[in-house]
Amino acid sequence: MASHVSSPGSTAAGGGTTATTWLLRVLVVGYLVMLVVWPTAYLLRHTFTHGFESLQGVLQDPDVTHALTLTGQVAVAAVVINLVFGMVVSLLLVRYDFPGKRVLSWLIDLPLSASPVVVGLALLLVYSPIYGWFGPTLRNNGIEVIFAKPGIIMATCFVALPLIIREIVPVLEELGDDQEQAARSLGANGWQTFWRITLPGIRWAVAYGVVLSLARSLGEFGAVKVVSGNVKGQTETATKVVERTYQSQDLDASYAVAFMLVFAAVVCLVVVALLRTRDEKEKA
Amino acid sequence: MSIEVKGVSKRFGDFVALDDINVSLPTGQLTALLGPSGGGKSTLLRIIAGLDSADEGSVVIEGNEATHLPPQKRNVGFVFQHYAVFKHMSVAKNVAFGLEIRKRPKPEIQKRVDELLELVHLSQFAHRLPSQLSGGQRQRMALARALAVEPTVLLLDEPFGALDAKVRKELRDWLRRLHDEVHVTTVFVTHDQEEALEVADEIVVINQGRVEQVGTPEELYDAPANDFVMGFLGDVTTLGGRLIRPHDIEVADRPVGPDSVEGTVSRLLRIGFEVRITVLTDAGEVVTVEMTRTHARRLRLAEGATVFLTAADGATSVAGSVDAAAATDLAVASGG
Repeated sequence: MASHVSSPGSTAAGGGTTATTWLLRVLVVGYLVMLVVWPTAYLLRHTFTHGFESLQGVLQDPDVTHALTLTGQVAVAAVVINLVFGMVVSLLLVRYDFPGKRVLSWLIDLPLSASPVVVGLALLLVYSPIYGWFGPTLRNNGIEVIFAKPGIIMATCFVALPLIIREIVPVLEELGDDQEQAARSLGANGWQTFWRITLPGIRWAVAYGVVLSLARSLGEFGAVKVVSGNVKGQTETATKVVERTYQSQDLDASYAVAFMLVFAAVVCLVVVALLRTRDEKEKA
Repeated sequence: MSIEVKGVSKRFGDFVALDDINVSLPTGQLTALLGPSGGGKSTLLRIIAGLDSADEGSVVIEGNEATHLPPQKRNVGFVFQHYAVFKHMSVAKNVAFGLEIRKRPKPEIQKRVDELLELVHLSQFAHRLPSQLSGGQRQRMALARALAVEPTVLLLDEPFGALDAKVRKELRDWLRRLHDEVHVTTVFVTHDQEEALEVADEIVVINQGRVEQVGTPEELYDAPANDFVMGFLGDVTTLGGRLIRPHDIEVADRPVGPDSVEGTVSRLLRIGFEVRITVLTDAGEVVTVEMTRTHARRLRLAEGATVFLTAADGATSVAGSVDAAAATDLAVASGG
């Protein structure tokens, strides 16, 4: 990481003094250590104070395993939904002109700027079975949204929504529609053009977006906390377990679950880094 | 007639790209749509291909009403200025694309792809990615890809526009030879009059959304319908209020008839075998004349000399202003 940050700095500085370069390096590395490395290392140390004991311990707790499974299911569901929706919206934004396009583009960025807690609250207002707009109707038809899995998935979808779209849109724009037109003139229909030409052209962007939004979905806390109801062993997610165990002074369990979340995030980032390299190799 | 375009109009907002176009493009020939940039010729080609739709009018391809057909049902081959190669596919896969879409049997596809790559001299590059090819090779691949589906018509949109001058010239000769071999009805768009004159059997001159003239290169050059066509197809100058080609003016050191125009040589420029002089006539016209070096020597031409100008026998001339000449300069500038 340090070398990655410093190398563009040193080339950009060009004639700059070595002292300045070194000062910048120290500043950047120091910043990252204080903010990221130290806390994460601390977390690691606590998790593995007694070897794998605490990890094994939490994995035997059925409430914890249920929470981990739920988080996994919710994350995968949210990613699949966002993937389909994200591709449709990206194509719409790049390839078509329609009134309200700018508003749609702006709306898609909303989840990035709005606090997840607000998102949760908004969902509650619409879908709450007691005072929501649709909630009572849905409940009368036997569909539970709030304090159930659908609500958790919706909240997660909402917060991770822009990630896939913002990855695909610039790549689609750069790709242009020349190749798609060529495919059409060679006899391909819309679906064949999408599968054979458009999708292969954006595949790394899609993969990148999927991994990013998977990481984001696994770690979502605020919005999910509001809509899930946090019933232990039923609607409690992994991030919520971290909070509960921490508050009840069960620090070993708290660190262990937190470690698993960090580990999943790191795996995601490594995958992203690998994808980026392949993408760049292909462009060269 | 292979392609019948009737009453086609197209507007982009307030801009009229095509205004009631009527043309018939003959079967088996190589036709050029020639005109300045922004004149509407690419739009017309894209409407024939179905990539754009006309606001009014109809398109008939080989007797089939095609006006409302989507591009994939028109059986046309289209070649784009910037190649539009499928970047993630090998050269062979690119060429095979149209055949795979048509679900032809594998051995047949393989055979046809081999033949086509042979035809465009790319056999040894079959397994490369397009990014490993030069611009000229990519465009040849795009041509093979378009020919693979045995299109009724082959449409090329400024096919050599993105290539450098030398490759452009090579590909131009090659396209002519290819067409003589394959004989598919071909229409190509160009703003380069030399390209059109050299390659095409027939030229359709399009300017400001209208057809100015249709004819063989000779007809267009020898009998231009108006000052625009005259100015667009070659150099022009004015003599006695008429547009005329600079090489169609005869220069003498004494009057040779009642039509001789007297003037003074104001500038003399020698370019290789050619001598270009600018003559300021007594009537106040500035006339450019082109002649061979030998001819200029015989007349002992020099700046300041008095000369008498006459239109040569059989010279092409049309009534017109210098505006048309200015349009030519513009077109040449954008072409370069």
